[in-house]
Amino acid sequence: MENSALNIVVLVKYVPDAQFDRQLSGEAHALDRSESILSELDEYALEAALALSDARGGVKGGNTVTALTVGPASASVAVKKSLQIGATQGLHVSDDALAGSDASATSLVLAAAIKSLGPVDLVITGMASTDGETSIVPAQLSARLGLPQITFASALDVAGNTVTARRDGDDFSEEIQATLPALISVTDQANDPRYPNFKGILAAKKKKITTVSLADLGISADAVGHAGSLTKVTAAAERPARTAGTLITDSGDAGIQLVDFLAAAKLI
Amino acid sequence: MSAIVVYIDQLDAPGKLSTTVSQLLTLARGAGEPVAVVAGPVSASVLAELGAQGVTRVLNSEQAELGEFLVATKADLLAQSAAAVSASAVLVENSAAGKEIAARAGVSLNAGVITDAVSVTTDGGTLVAHKSILAGSWTVEAQATSAVAVISVKAHSIEAAPAAEPTTPVVEAVEVAFSPASLGARVVSRTPRAASGRPELEDARIIVAGGRGVDGDFTPIEELADVLGAAVGASRAATDAGWISHASQVGQTGKKVSPQLYISVGISGAIQQKAGMQTSKLIVAVNKDAESPIFEIADFGIVGDLFKVLPQAVEEIKKRRA
Ligand SMILES: Cc1cc2nc3c(=O)[nH]c(=O)nc-3n(C[C@H](O)[C@H](O)[C@H](O)COP(=O)(O)OP(=O)(O)OC[C@H]3O[C@@H](n4cnc5c(N)ncnc54)[C@H](O)[C@@H]3O)c2cc1C
Repeated sequence: MENSALNIVVLVKYVPDAQFDRQLSGEAHALDRSESILSELDEYALEAALALSDARGGVKGGNTVTALTVGPASASVAVKKSLQIGATQGLHVSDDALAGSDASATSLVLAAAIKSLGPVDLVITGMASTDGETSIVPAQLSARLGLPQITFASALDVAGNTVTARRDGDDFSEEIQATLPALISVTDQANDPRYPNFKGILAAKKKKITTVSLADLGISADAVGHAGSLTKVTAAAERPARTAGTLITDSGDAGIQLVDFLAAAKLI
Repeated sequence: MSAIVVYIDQLDAPGKLSTTVSQLLTLARGAGEPVAVVAGPVSASVLAELGAQGVTRVLNSEQAELGEFLVATKADLLAQSAAAVSASAVLVENSAAGKEIAARAGVSLNAGVITDAVSVTTDGGTLVAHKSILAGSWTVEAQATSAVAVISVKAHSIEAAPAAEPTTPVVEAVEVAFSPASLGARVVSRTPRAASGRPELEDARIIVAGGRGVDGDFTPIEELADVLGAAVGASRAATDAGWISHASQVGQTGKKVSPQLYISVGISGAIQQKAGMQTSKLIVAVNKDAESPIFEIADFGIVGDLFKVLPQAVEEIKKRRA
């Protein structure tokens, strides 16, 4: 089967680095987004897209990989990183009104942004964002775009017009098939993401990032953000940090001490 | 009283309700009038269980498309049924598929979707979902601001209990109008994954998890798990190495668990591992490196060789029980 060039959109999210303490603040219990990075799980989506593009001759072969983000001005960092890793171009929906958008509002904006790009063959996302961790945006986006949804793909192949993926559930490993265009989310089992190299970092400087506002996409400000979201956080509390308890070094009876501990905690 | 829909999948394991579904029905009954929406057959025994839970209405479809396509057809059934009974809320199990069914039904119903609820309470008629976020470092309460709320709920949100007055539910067949795109992602084959015979990670009171330190040999982990009646978990290093099924992975990209006791063995405690287990009630760690970060969150830490410590603990437990 002929493998024609693909027009792929990869969703990339700018998220607080999980290596640091993450904080909620203010009346709306919003997440503090300083110290943010490209979500680690989106690197697998980008890799999946680049591998498909590479196999079809890359940019020279007519393939396009667009890194799309919705977020504050600083979120362009996630797009830039994606361009350094190898995406062809960037699209950044940036608007102050977006702050506080839930999955529903976010998927609405993503759908409009993807439609603004004209026909695409594949939308590829990570399995979850590392901040929201809900995994529901891909499903909502495919519903809004009317695209077949293949989520949690741990292996992925496109031949001709058909995409085939493996989805490993708890009870079954399934093979799922759809005809392009389709939306796919990939897990961290799907591939080994590449790192940006020096050449990629230089090349990225010449790549284009288009920044659009909600008005450009024909979305009114009250359809997004806190106003347009269909959920709200009404209370938030930081869990007390766990602290180290007893630490012993085995001197021959640690297994017995372990059992003593379990017995004291009434677990045996 | 407004209808609260509980989504029930009877396609994969028909004939009985899962424990989580029974919990959701108990939740729904406490908050309104429980309505069951069933994908697949409603057997006599399932009907009896639904009656014991006080369910009066059951909507079901056995259309083949529900099993032939991924997630989307089930979401169509759920959304159309919830609209038909004017539900004020929809409750779904918090599995990977359950969350996606909730997500898509939310789009159709223009409803706010909240996932990963550990419990659900009511506040003046509004459902409030309680969840733990940011890898377990924060707990939040969330509500839908829409007319309908869709919430996916984790296991053990409530103790399942029968209704004071059992009912005789009426089953209404639903003819789902599938959206064309819902018929896009076809399940072309399914391979059952081998069952371990041990408790499921999400259900287990105790989990014994092994990491790279087991060096390919999960026997000590499994033996300790079996004397404790525990589930077996693993770090990604162990599942990536192929020593144990990926379904056993705990962490950011695996299962998020909060058992009474998590015994971490030969696992260093990387941030992605902690993301899946640091809400456990008690944490015990066995690691030969005293500097290992896992000890920072362990209630009881043992610096030692797992191949010595675990077999000794197993022997000791057997001895005390004899
Ligand atoms: C996107 C992404 C997602 C990830 N998701 C997850 C996830 O969901 N879950 C997860 O676990 N990881 C995840 N990881 C991987 C994570 O970063 C770590 O690499 C992984 O958790 C390390 O596994 P480990 O602790 O078993 O191995 P190591 O870090 O190699 O630790 C092995 C430990 O075993 C100890 N040890 C060795 N021999 C013995 C012995 N005989 N007795 C006692 N102790 C011994 C060592 O001292 C060491 O501390 C993810 C990584 C990425 C990039």
